[in-house]
Amino acid sequence: MLDVVRRPRRKGGGAVPFSALFWRLPGLRSLLLLTPPLAWFVVIYFASLVLLLITAFWTIDPFTAQIIQVWNTDNFARIIQEPAYRDIIGRTLLLAALVTLTDALLAFPFAYYMARIASRRMQTFLFAAVLLPLWASYLARVYAWILILNHSGVLNWSLQSIGLPPANIGYTNVAMWVVFSYIWLPFMIVPAYAALERVPESLLEAAGDLGARRWRAVRDVVLPLALPGVVAGSIFTFSLTLGDYITPVLVGGAGSTFIGNVVFNNIGIANNIPFAAALSMVPVAIMAVYLVVAYRLGAFEAM
Amino acid sequence: MKFGALAGVMAAVVVVTACGQTPNNTGNKQAPPPTANLKPLDKVGAGEGQLNLIAWEGYVDDSWKKAFENTTGCKVHAQYAGSSDEMFSLMHGGGGGGGGQWDMVSSSGDADLRLIYAGDVRPMNEKLIPDWTNFQTYFKNPPYNTISGIHYGISLQWGPNVLLYNTDKFKIAPTSWSAVYDASNTGLVTAYDYPITIADAALYLSKSQPSLGIKDPYELTKKQFDATVALLTQQRKLIKKYWPSASIEIDMFQHGDAFIGAAWPYQTIQLKLAGAHVADTIPSEGATGWGDTWMLATKAPHPNCAYLWTQYVSTPKIQAEQALFFGETPVNTLACAQMEALQAGSCAQYHANAPGTYFDTIKFWKTPIATCADGSQNCIPYDQWVSAWTAIKG
Repeated sequence: MLDVVRRPRRKGGGAVPFSALFWRLPGLRSLLLLTPPLAWFVVIYFASLVLLLITAFWTIDPFTAQIIQVWNTDNFARIIQEPAYRDIIGRTLLLAALVTLTDALLAFPFAYYMARIASRRMQTFLFAAVLLPLWASYLARVYAWILILNHSGVLNWSLQSIGLPPANIGYTNVAMWVVFSYIWLPFMIVPAYAALERVPESLLEAAGDLGARRWRAVRDVVLPLALPGVVAGSIFTFSLTLGDYITPVLVGGAGSTFIGNVVFNNIGIANNIPFAAALSMVPVAIMAVYLVVAYRLGAFEAM
Repeated sequence: MKFGALAGVMAAVVVVTACGQTPNNTGNKQAPPPTANLKPLDKVGAGEGQLNLIAWEGYVDDSWKKAFENTTGCKVHAQYAGSSDEMFSLMHGGGGGGGGQWDMVSSSGDADLRLIYAGDVRPMNEKLIPDWTNFQTYFKNPPYNTISGIHYGISLQWGPNVLLYNTDKFKIAPTSWSAVYDASNTGLVTAYDYPITIADAALYLSKSQPSLGIKDPYELTKKQFDATVALLTQQRKLIKKYWPSASIEIDMFQHGDAFIGAAWPYQTIQLKLAGAHVADTIPSEGATGWGDTWMLATKAPHPNCAYLWTQYVSTPKIQAEQALFFGETPVNTLACAQMEALQAGSCAQYHANAPGTYFDTIKFWKTPIATCADGSQNCIPYDQWVSAWTAIKG
């Protein structure tokens, strides 16, 4: 197997030290190094996805909730035919796109300042400030937003104390948009920062020498070079929003159901795992398309 | 963690999964459960030293488990389950009947019939439970755990779904569920985020639109079901948010995001403790409710310890402790005095002293199945309730 190097056997034929074995069979080393992670990837990661796909083509007995292993596409037909599921998929997609756009707009100037303007010390401080919330529980941060956005919350209280009418955005899709944008922002800032930091100063100087003003240089030099970083960040913000089901439960209102909530209900309440599997193929398919586009835009080199 | 918060989570977990399923009424031709002929124990022997339980989180709390272990010598191992479905799969797995590993499960009404008809639980002898005679009459033979006079478990605790309202906004107590469907209350209403909420609407329609002929809110024909779904779809415009857990509904009432809606007595009690201006009522149409049962696995390896445990949790003292721990109501009428001793006024608060007629107003949760009371297959089964609920709340 592999590229075995044939050599005369050692005299005496005694035990060959391992190091010598690796030297003689260079393929063996890669094989040993790669097997555990590959096995992990295939068994844990890939197998579960394949099982998911297979289960999606089965159905359940409504009374005993046992899976009936008869191949059919009923689950997918239901997703396509029932307007409720179309609405939910559309809402999830729209909000994921909105959150991604919001985060990109917020993160870009922030990351630009961090990478190119801030002092070393300021940079460290900002990095800590961006990453610190990730150490706090996701739930605690979402609950904090409930306290801000609810009817007698901090937002309405502040608005009223300066004489403005209350905003009343608690438990609406607007609340979800705000909370998602907040929660996933660090995942956009970090890759954008990494991409911006890699733009050589010399290119900006060259642009200046050629007569470009600062904004022109940013638009024509920095932006195209940093775009892959923003697209890389958008993979995170988009997919994390797409797959979330906790924020819709906590800060969403009537008509805030996400794909993840329907999946959760079908597993937890209805025990209809085949339908849940079919529905969870929707974000998988969407992300596959998204990743192809991101790859074309060079996001993978920026990660 | 604060007791109240814990109890809130518990109550949420319990009730979220506590929908029941009735046995088929007399008209039904369904075959008897597979374990119907297994003879239950005649007397409780010495404990086997072990007891393996599947329970709602906290149903086997140390505060009452320890004393049981000390007196009976039965060492209790509890596996907490998060949902009725998880309970069902634990009991049904490993060859069924608890797989020779599990002794008992603290099942809710919606899992009961599934367990019974799958042959995973066996009849129990109620005569071996001395406190059984002190149970509220309804809970001696509730339709979700007793079929043709055979008990497939011993009732434990229950609770109604009441109409909770803000007393500042509603100065006159609402007497009908119509308040939560009335367009003049737009933006004030909340409802439980669970498919079984459809039954609440069906219960209301059974009184407000008698022409639909709804007799049992869990047995709806296509026409009745569509009318109920239409009512709920209309109601969605009034709703700011459906509450997914007790603590969130409490938040909403506290912060002015909800003023009226279905709730459990637990929320009312917590809100009153927090000083909120709320009250609850069971409107003229009646209300829905839930009930939990300790059931014995068909292949229980420690049946004597299981009976000892059931005797123990049926005693007034433990019934009262568990009721106050979770905000639910004991089935043992003698628990009332114990509750009063632990927390004055709690007996009446939780309706633990309710007269028998009270239970006529409560329609206990059961999972809807295709078989109607008349034996026909015209009723809408639960999986369609789930998808209809998804469509209703959007």
